Amino acid sequence: MAERPLSPHLSIWKWGPAMLVSILHRASGDGLALVGLPVLLWWLGALAGGPAAYESFVGYATTIPGIVVLVGLSWALFNHFCSGVRHFVLDIGAGYDVEANNRWSVVTTLGGVALTVAFWAALLLV
Amino acid sequence: MGEGTALGRVRGLGSAHHGSHHWLLQRFTAAGNLLTVGYLAFSLLLLGDFSYDSVRVWLAQPLPTLAIALLVVSVFWHAKLGMQVLFEDYLHGAVRFAAILLVNLAAFAGTAAGLLFLAQIMMTSVGERTATQAAQNAFAGMTGGAGQ
Repeated sequence: MAERPLSPHLSIWKWGPAMLVSILHRASGDGLALVGLPVLLWWLGALAGGPAAYESFVGYATTIPGIVVLVGLSWALFNHFCSGVRHFVLDIGAGYDVEANNRWSVVTTLGGVALTVAFWAALLLV
Repeated sequence: MGEGTALGRVRGLGSAHHGSHHWLLQRFTAAGNLLTVGYLAFSLLLLGDFSYDSVRVWLAQPLPTLAIALLVVSVFWHAKLGMQVLFEDYLHGAVRFAAILLVNLAAFAGTAAGLLFLAQIMMTSVGERTATQAAQNAFAGMTGGAGQ
């Protein structure tokens, strides 16, 4: 038998930025759907429910786990926002050559982190 | 590429030729999310004070109520489409069908709940304004003044 390359398989691949941005887009989007939307409804429901309900929401939101969840959700939001904008660019057929694709994948991923930091900095410091 | 066999189409095997509809709606709702969630993020930054009264008075105004109502519709719709793709990729057979059924019901339920909460927040605010107005009128009546 001649030595031929094997077909691509789950365990045979080379890591690349586009893979990272792809799986992060899915993870952040589904994370927002499964955790973010219940938190959104809880927030709106607490506002509708009155001062006691809102105090209860704020009480949970300002514990350490609550803050971790909120910061995580904000990162998921900004990450999904950046990679979503990248999808809009790809949808018009731009950004497919390897160099540009890798560059914008990295920019997208770092952009999500940067926006998260900027949002919380603006919220807490300004 | 043909349309597949008649039996295959009935069984849902192969293209149903509705793929672009899902794809387009994912983009339309993404644009809606961009606008409404961006509006919420900037509003929260500008608001700064997250006490019950501050947030509720802000949210009960007409434009924020409208924007967040649109946000609720857009994000739940977008989430439903996204979750469906996740299920189609990783689940199979009856479990996949059940999961997609469930996410459809959940998206409608979540949208309805969000809109009802907004309506309640708005009505509470209107009720308070009416009560304040009535109290001011009563006070004006007692003192015989103009009440302003």
